This record gives sequence, C-alpha cells and structure tokens, in this order.
Amino acid sequence: MTRIPIPALFGLVFTGLFFAMAVLAPLIAPYGPAEIVGDVWEPASADHLMGTDNIGRDLLTRMIYGGRTTILVATLATVISFVTGACLGLFAAVIGGWVDQALSRFVDLMMSIPTLIFALVVLSVMPVTLPVLIVVMGLLDATRVYRLSRAVAVDITVMDFVEAARLRGEGRGWIVFREILPNALSPLVAEMGLRFIFMVLFVSTLSFLGLGVQPPAADWGGIVKENKDGIVYGIGAALWPAAAIATLAISVNLVADWVLGRTTSLKGGRG
Amino acid sequence: MTGTLLKVRDLRIGATIYPPGAAAEDIEIVHGVSFDLERGKVLGLIGESGAGKSTIGLASLAYGRGGVRITGGEVHLNGRDILSLGPKGHRDLRGAEVSYVSQSAAASFNPSKPILQQVTEATIRHGRLSAREAEARAIDLFRQLGLPEPETIGQRYPHQVSGGQLQRCMTALALCPKPDLVVFDEPTTALDVTTQIDVLKAIKDAIAATGVAALYITHDLAVVAQVSDEIMVLRNGATVEHGTAEQIISAPQEAYTQALVSVRSTQNPARTGPATPVVEIRNVSARYKGLDADIVSDISVELVPGRTLAVVGESGSGKSTLARVLTGLLPPREGKILFEGRALAREYDARPRDDLREIQMIYQMADVAMNPRQNVGTIIGRPLEFYFGMKGSEKVRRVRELLDAIDLGAEFADRYPAELSGGQKQRVCIARALAAKPKVIICDEVTSALDPLVAEGILKLLLDLQTAEGVAYMFITHDLATVRAIADTIAVMHRGKIVRYGPKPQVLSPPFDDYTDLLLGSVPEMRIGWLEEVIARRKMESAGH
Repeated sequence: MTRIPIPALFGLVFTGLFFAMAVLAPLIAPYGPAEIVGDVWEPASADHLMGTDNIGRDLLTRMIYGGRTTILVATLATVISFVTGACLGLFAAVIGGWVDQALSRFVDLMMSIPTLIFALVVLSVMPVTLPVLIVVMGLLDATRVYRLSRAVAVDITVMDFVEAARLRGEGRGWIVFREILPNALSPLVAEMGLRFIFMVLFVSTLSFLGLGVQPPAADWGGIVKENKDGIVYGIGAALWPAAAIATLAISVNLVADWVLGRTTSLKGGRG
Repeated sequence: MTGTLLKVRDLRIGATIYPPGAAAEDIEIVHGVSFDLERGKVLGLIGESGAGKSTIGLASLAYGRGGVRITGGEVHLNGRDILSLGPKGHRDLRGAEVSYVSQSAAASFNPSKPILQQVTEATIRHGRLSAREAEARAIDLFRQLGLPEPETIGQRYPHQVSGGQLQRCMTALALCPKPDLVVFDEPTTALDVTTQIDVLKAIKDAIAATGVAALYITHDLAVVAQVSDEIMVLRNGATVEHGTAEQIISAPQEAYTQALVSVRSTQNPARTGPATPVVEIRNVSARYKGLDADIVSDISVELVPGRTLAVVGESGSGKSTLARVLTGLLPPREGKILFEGRALAREYDARPRDDLREIQMIYQMADVAMNPRQNVGTIIGRPLEFYFGMKGSEKVRRVRELLDAIDLGAEFADRYPAELSGGQKQRVCIARALAAKPKVIICDEVTSALDPLVAEGILKLLLDLQTAEGVAYMFITHDLATVRAIADTIAVMHRGKIVRYGPKPQVLSPPFDDYTDLLLGSVPEMRIGWLEEVIARRKMESAGH
C-alpha cells in the first residue's frame, strides 16, 4: 500500500470517529440519553455543547446515542442485505436455468414496488422493534445487491477458470465462494459503501415518519423529527442530526471510492 | 518518386508501469531504434510480443497507445519532423499521409455503419478527395483487393462479410486517402491459414499497384518474408538485425535471428506399433442447444497412452467442440465415449470424480484459465487436495515437485497469475493438469497465444512430460507446424467432419484430399517467392478443372 489520497484520509478519519462514537457512546456521552437536564431548546452553552432538545434533554448526548442507533441499524441491515443478496445472486448465476429465472423474476417483482412504501406497509402491520426494522430494511435492500452480484457473477462464470473448476468436479460452494466471490469483491465492496449510506438515509426517513426507531430511543432521523418544530422559532437543533447524516454519508462514500479504485487496478492489484 | 520517405533516428519510447504493491515507475520500452524507409518499399518489423514492434509502428504516426510516450529521437516523414507537430498537425497527418491497419478489423469497424462510409470517411474529412471520387477509389480498391461484388460490398455492414474480407476492407480504408505510408499491424494474425494467403496476396498486390510504402508488423517470419523488401528484427525494444529479406531469411547473422529462423526444431520420437486406446470416441455427433445442425458429426477417433492425437482444422471446424464433448461440457447427441472400455457419462456432472480426474484440460488463454485471485500454490495445490486429499507439508512438497517438473522454482508458489509471463502462466496450467495424474490431457490451442520461442519451450515440456508420465494428448490446433512437431496420429477436421485421419506419415503424405491439400499448401514457408508459387499453382489447378 502506498500513500492514502487526502479525500480518502478525510473519509477514513470521519468514518472512524463516527464508529468510535457509536461504540463508546455510554463512555463519552455527558448525560443519560433520556435524562432531562435543562429547559426546552436551550442554546449552546458550556454545559450543553449543542444545547438541549424539545423536552430539555442534552442534545449532544442524544446525538451520540442517536448515532449509535443509526450506525448499528444501518450496519446490521447492510450485512443482512449483502449476505442474502450476494449469496442468492452468486448462486443464481452459477446454477442458472429455472432457479435463476424464478429468483430473478421474484426480485424484479419486489423491485417494482417502491421500497419506502413497501417498508411502511410492512412496518405498519408488524411490531416495530429494532430486529424487525433491521431485517425488513436488509431484505428489501437485498434485491439491489442480488441484481448487482448476479450481473457481476454472470460475467465471471463464463471464464475458463470457472469451467476448469467445474470440470474438476468442484461443488457449487467452492465455485461460488472460492472462484467467483474473490473476483466479484471489488464492485461489491464499493456497492456496500453506497448501500450503507442508503441504509442510513432509509432508517432516518422511517424514523422521521414515525415508523423507525421508537421513542424514547432515537436515531438521527428521530431527533430531526423531535426538533423540527423548533426551526419555525429559529432554533437549529434539527440541523445537527441532518449535518451528521450528511457528514457520515460523504465520509463513507470517500472510503468506498478509494477501496474501489485500489482493488480494481488492472495491473493485478488485490484487495 | 524515390528517396527516403520515413527516417527514424534514435527513437526512444517510455511508459509508466504500476507493479502490484509498488510505486509507479517509468520505464523505457524502446531503446534508440533507427531506420530509413524508401518510398514504395516495405519494411517488415518482426519480434516477439513486447519487442516494441507495434509501438514503433504507431510512433510513425506520432502516436503512443495507452499511456505510452515518445521520449526521445526523431521521426521524419517526407522530410518533416512529425513528432514536433501539434495536435492539429497530427490530425492532419493521420489518416491522410500515414494510415494504419490493425490486427482485428472486426474490432476496428463500427458495426452500425456500412463499410463504404467508413472506408471513405477519413479521405473525405481530410479533403483528400471529394465524396464521389473517394467512393470511386474505394470501389477500385475493393476490386484490386479481390473482394467479391466490389460495386456493392460497401453497402454491407461489417458483420455481413467474413473476417478475411473485412481485413481487406480495412486495407482499402488505409489506402483510400492515397497515403505515403501504411502501417500494417499484424493484419493476418487473426485469420485462418487458408484465408491468410488471400489477404496476404491482396495486400502485396495493392502495395505494388499503389506504390505506397509500408511498415509490416508481425511475429511470423514466414509471413513477413512474403511481403517485405527489408526486415528488421526487434527484441526488447532494440534492433537485433536489419537487412534485406533475402539476407535475414537465408543468412541471419545474429544468434536470436537464427533461433527465429530455425524455430520448430522440436520433434517427437516416432512411436509406432499397436496399443490399446485409453479413450475411444465412437460416431459422436453434437450440437448446441437451439441449433438444428450438428457442429460435429459422426466423429470417431482414439487416444492412445503416451501418444498424441492432433486435431487440426480452421476456426469453426468443430475441433474445440469435440473437446467439449469429450470433457462432458457438451453432451453428445449421438454416439458414445469409451474410457478404458467402459462408457463415460454424457455430461460432466454425472461423471464420478475419478473420471473427471482422468481427463484434464489445458486452455488456449492461460490468462483466464487461472483464477487471478489465487496464487500458484493454490492453483496447483487444489487438484492435489481435491482428488488425493493431500494436506500440509505433503501438499507443499508435491507442489514443489510439480513446479520443478515445469521448470519453475519453488518460489513461484507464492506468485499470482498477474506476476507471471505468458509462457510461465501456460506452464502453471500444465502443472495444474498434471497434478490430477490424468491419463488424458486435452490441449486446446495451448501455444497459439504464445511467441514462437516460448511456444517451442512449451511443446518441448509437453513432450518430455508425455514420455515421463505416459499420458495421452488430444492436441487441438490450427497450426500445422505444431502438428508436425508433436503428433502421432492426425485428424483433419473440416466443417464438423473428419476429412482425414491416420498416423502422421500417412496423413501428411500424398495423395491428399482437396481440403488437406489446401490446408497444407497454405502454411507459409520461410522462403521468398513462396506466396507467388502457391497462387500460381492454385490458378493452374482451377484452370485445369
């Protein structure tokens, strides 16, 4: 590895900070997440660096815990979406035939329904708990990952080395995970960065609409929702989570770009 | 019009490489090459891949392909230093004074425009001729190049003509603006031998008729001997030898040129006598799904332990399909395949693991036959682990033995395919096949992507391994020189059928059937005047009929 370009470094530092904050939330947050410590919408002060929220909780604390929830939900949902989407996509490409047809048409069907509407419908009939939220988001997003990984894998399946593995008598597991997956990883990793950001936006949207993370717990979307009325009175509390979402999205994207550039080098670079 | 047209002095060309895991690095790929080209003469540039011959050819258009930079020296065309011309000057130069014919016409023509429009485009845009004159000239050139229906062939789209015809269209494209110099970059390499001969003849006649000067780039000395007045032999970006075609062919001075001229010295020992075949292919016919014609029909051949069956034919003759049938990738429609007397399952996934092990395959493109994300140790080690359950130090030892057998050192086990040369990659593929301890190895055009000297090494290795292991080879190739070198029995395929089959001496000696005669007669021989002889003989024969 040579030098890390400055945008990637920027992305790495901020992504690292956000994740560290998520992991260490109880240690670094100055107050408890649901603790009412002051007046409604107090301005920033030495005690409350970002001021207080709509019912007098410390906004910085809320932001830190909210970030934790947002990142946790987005990460787990991305993992679920990738594991299911990529596995199904790769197997569909390798098996081909009617299995591929059936899966692909089913995915087309799912993709024809707008994701947000679909999620709203599902979440309104299911109990909204964190695990349900994560699984619903993950599975809905898996359709996108399926499409991508199948497209990538179809190109790789026709390569001679895959034919050589088939002729050797290798099972599907070996072909998918040892022959195809390592060669499909670059686009998948880049896509993973992108999907993670979409997940952050998705969970924020759901929470903003009230079907995501339920109070008193909050994620960044929820904090925007709680404080949105303040904007009318010139109180910027809702802007903090918005800025956090934007910063996280951009930093993760910068990292994903860099990883993609590094691993897709035609000169035999390996990621 | 005589005098020097192209003067190249101390040409130096550099490029930036990006070695894996290391910083980018500037290297020089052509080290001070100088030559002169007279008007109306043809200079052949010959060398292996990486010799810099295409790079030098493109430098005479003042062009560097894919990040290649001309870093020093001078290129004078018509007495003008073309390297110092700006972008505007270069645009005026290319496609007008100098034009270029590439290896793959199929990749160079725009598939969605008719041929004539593309042939005349540069000429018209440069204002060399009016649209009407350009079209008339193009039709003249089509006639000169021996294309069928010269008046109307220009209305067709690139996919509506054959590969050889398209290559001739590209030559017409290059000649249309009446350039002073044409750079031919391996124009016949991608063609079958029987097609190559017509294209070569057409190019040679067109050069003579238009009086254009040409740089003819190829790796095939026998081809270049037919069309060139002078030959320059290149190696690793430097001139090895430069002389008249006559002198290079008949009295090469340098050791490297001598090696090139005398390549194909490999010869397998004569092995005769009856033997029990290990594989019998009996009356096999096969077709791809959705087609209503057989790609191969009624094929019967045998593979004998320790011997080589060469399957020869042009592209499209069905020889690779036969290999796919044998491996089980394409189940035969009729007929059967016997392995040591018992029938093999028609499809590979119905064959037991041991049957799969016994028949191994080596591919033409070693690049894509190995997983780029696995190192050599894994690539060779996997069959050991998979078929024989070898693990740990036992596997490592056997991998080392196999690397030894293919003349690579144990340190290669940690390398990735991208870090190997073309010949080394093919060697690793051979080792992977050997690792399975098969009785049959199918070699599908294994040397056709390699330079002659490297290919020679691979053939030698294959023959040595055959002697040591007693494995039967099914050697698929279009190259008759290779066949002469390694075959015990030969099957000549044409349009999916075997037209001639038997022991080598018998197949390669008269009386011939028509197709075998054509095929054998089309292999370029390394002497001047061969092309004319063949064409004259064909004319006589067709007149006689």
